[in-house]
Amino acid sequence: MLEMIHGILALSTFGAIMDASGHFALPKLLGMSWMLPDQASTLAPDVDNLYLFLVGLTVFFTVLISGAIIYFFIKYRRRSNSEIPELIHGSVLLETTWSVIPLLISLFIFAWGAKIYLEQYTVPNDALDIYVVGKQWMWKFQHPEGQREINELHIPIGKKIRFVMATEDVIHSFYIPAFRMKEDIVPGPNRYSTVWAEATQTGTFHIFCAEYCGTSHSGMIGWVTVMNNKDYEAWLAGGAAGGSMAERGAALFQQLGCITCHHSDGMGLAPKLEGVYGTVQMLEGDKTVLADDSYVRESILSPTAKIVRGYKPLMPPFQGIVSEEQLQQLIAYVKSIGPAQAASPAGAGKAAATSPAPRPPIMSTGAPETVSPQSVQGTPGKQPAQDQQTAKPKGAKR
Amino acid sequence: MSLTATLPAANAAAQTNGEPLNYLNNGHGIRSWLLTKDHKRIAILYLISVSIFFVIGGIFALLVRINLLSPNGLFEPDTYNRIFTAHGIVMVFFFLVPAVPAILGNFLLPIMIGAKDMAFPKINLLSWYCYIIGAAFALTALVAGGVDTGWTFYTPYSTTYSNSNVLLTGIGIFIVGFSSILTGINFIVTVHTMRAPGMTWFRLPLFVWAHYATALVIMLGTPVLAITVALMALERIAHVGIFDPALGGDPVLFQHMFWFYSHPAVYIMVLPAMGVVSELIANMSRKRIFGYKIVAMSSLAIAVFGFLVWGHHLFVATQSVYLGIIFSFLSYVVAIPSAIKVFNWTATLFKGSISFDTPMLYGLGFIGLFLIGGMTGLFTAALGLDVHITDTYFVVAHFHYVMVGGSLMGFLGGMHLWWGKITGRMYPESWARAAMVIQFIGFNLTFFPQFLLGYLGMPRRYASYPPEFQVLHVLSTAGATILGIGLLITIIYFIWSLKKGQRAPANPWGAAGLEWHTSSPPPTENFLVAPVVTWEAYDFTQTEPKAQ
Repeated sequence: MLEMIHGILALSTFGAIMDASGHFALPKLLGMSWMLPDQASTLAPDVDNLYLFLVGLTVFFTVLISGAIIYFFIKYRRRSNSEIPELIHGSVLLETTWSVIPLLISLFIFAWGAKIYLEQYTVPNDALDIYVVGKQWMWKFQHPEGQREINELHIPIGKKIRFVMATEDVIHSFYIPAFRMKEDIVPGPNRYSTVWAEATQTGTFHIFCAEYCGTSHSGMIGWVTVMNNKDYEAWLAGGAAGGSMAERGAALFQQLGCITCHHSDGMGLAPKLEGVYGTVQMLEGDKTVLADDSYVRESILSPTAKIVRGYKPLMPPFQGIVSEEQLQQLIAYVKSIGPAQAASPAGAGKAAATSPAPRPPIMSTGAPETVSPQSVQGTPGKQPAQDQQTAKPKGAKR
Repeated sequence: MSLTATLPAANAAAQTNGEPLNYLNNGHGIRSWLLTKDHKRIAILYLISVSIFFVIGGIFALLVRINLLSPNGLFEPDTYNRIFTAHGIVMVFFFLVPAVPAILGNFLLPIMIGAKDMAFPKINLLSWYCYIIGAAFALTALVAGGVDTGWTFYTPYSTTYSNSNVLLTGIGIFIVGFSSILTGINFIVTVHTMRAPGMTWFRLPLFVWAHYATALVIMLGTPVLAITVALMALERIAHVGIFDPALGGDPVLFQHMFWFYSHPAVYIMVLPAMGVVSELIANMSRKRIFGYKIVAMSSLAIAVFGFLVWGHHLFVATQSVYLGIIFSFLSYVVAIPSAIKVFNWTATLFKGSISFDTPMLYGLGFIGLFLIGGMTGLFTAALGLDVHITDTYFVVAHFHYVMVGGSLMGFLGGMHLWWGKITGRMYPESWARAAMVIQFIGFNLTFFPQFLLGYLGMPRRYASYPPEFQVLHVLSTAGATILGIGLLITIIYFIWSLKKGQRAPANPWGAAGLEWHTSSPPPTENFLVAPVVTWEAYDFTQTEPKAQ
């Protein structure tokens, strides 16, 4: 109760609504925090603000309408069985009022929701990649450094993380309530689902599969552990047998015989792959395509879908030959020999794995986007600061 | 004017051995029912069969709630998946879609416009047989082990991975769709061609307007469902690649096609109930619905805009962000006509003569629950917020407030208002009021905690769940039990009243509308003297005074 009074008092100055770390503290002050899951990402407070606004709006209209009904009910209760009240046809003024006001409120909510959505789905350039594979009924994760996890995921605090996701079977949906983040993973040779988040709180939070996927759908759950940077570095240093993703991809590149056609000198039967990732490729039929993850994936699984100009459709499809995880390793390799890394002789080294390749912002997912030649040059990727301390750990939860 | 004076006398003349000749006693034996072309008898056939499915669907609902009492679930996950799928399929396709239109619409629409029957009585009967054949397939599938895809049948799970009776159920849904289509055809043609002299379009009761709008949605939407189900079957049997990417198809295409029907289907379920509520509010407060024309047109607006919002089910389904923004915008547009209806119903009460009888309680229950259902629709249509709450219990709670709080409340309210008209007997008023209050409390206790669960992140269709969600799940199950008891009371007194209820007068409520100008139950031809309408809709000076 005391907490509530404090909360109401705090409302009088807007500044007091924000707590020390700049987060929205109204629900906590009103004793409503039990209604909300942990706010553990940069976007979570934005989503909660919209939610709480709508809760308030719902309460307002519910009180307004039910108040009116109860008042009318008492005031105009039937007093005699034969009474026939006077006829009222309507009122243009009233009708207009209660059409226009809800419309304006609706448009306001629409714009607010769309703004958050655009943030949620505009994947930043400088994100760390985590590769996710959903299968009936587990989550598999790969870190670029080579660590692999099942139903457990470790990520650093205060860094933008891009999740590049594929499924081995049916549709799954990667959902972390504490991050207010969810995206379906749809099977198909030409798409990765991507979504991003930046954790603001250390601790352990639920991972759920949110799209019904068969018998053990409710068992397809896991935990994401957000660590501060020091702990995360220590955890990464725990090492990964078999090297980084790009190193494994390089090994696969040999094993699967890709190298027999994709010569690094460009003289092979297939285009050379050095310096390709993140750039725009010219295709047969005067089309162009951005060489992003989805394009590389499609080129491996169904190579004849898009033919690079000047080459013949000779490559066999690798659908069913490479697993989703191997595919992601191959992509990590192709990325490691992209333009940003091509200069460094190490090529497939660890350095390549930790510094993401240049990548124009990718809107949502779906089929590889075809872009106009005007936007050919890839935007240079920003190196993420290694010791970012912007987010304040608020103590581990659970 | 002359009509009201002559009708009771004419009815009295038709007395046969003490009881007036009516559609119930005009013909006996099973053949007279199974081969009937009387829209009222077909409505009764629907009432019986749809009620059976309501009870089946309700039992599955209770099983769902029982399972969720424990975080580990009481049933095997596979069993639970089949239970919630059965609940969804039975309730959506075999209860909610036909409930109001096929029972109340069939019974009342011709009477309300002063017609003797539907335009195509044989097609009307055929529609019931489609329902029964479709139901037989679905029941067979259920008895043979059920389906585990959820009522949404998302691909490629349904076409490639599921080992349950997808095909059999699909055939059932395909056939029952034709039952809706045939009813829809009948409504449209009947309203266009069979209106009594003087019954102009803007003298139609709002119930008729709502059913006309619904029929349009049914006619345009249901064929798409049939096509979608047929394609799904084709892929499952013949491995034609339409939806499964392994065969060259696109799973999101299925979602677009499915929701192109299934979102408008929400309006198939709720528009007729809105029509009922207009009648409940008007008749029980003896007021013309405030802004009659706007309420009528809002039904049509909902029908049209309802077709343009299906993509709001795909905000996290890898649909383009810009498409998402367009669908979100359109979803807010479709909210406006629903809001207008709520405001107009409320304004109708102003200076009315408000009765506290059960039909009115249901009408107000509808407004309250539909208001929350509609307001929470603003949450789910908000793109950035929907990312968090889609596929959680928030959505489950939202659509149950619309479907149960809206459609079921409307249906039950209509059943109480017209029970005397349909059966010739009145239900017991005090039992009915008590049952309504019990249902209202039980309903809110069941579904309100689910909003909280959903925002906390509890995904839907989970056979087991993390223990921190248990308290809210137990509350919800407690509510479902209370709701179940309330509904059981209603079923019992309705059956009891068939023999023991008071005889219903022609117009027990002092209500307006042509159905109250004929006896309860009406004669086979609906009116002994063909009505001529000289008054506006909801003109309460044209009614017989309430029988004392």
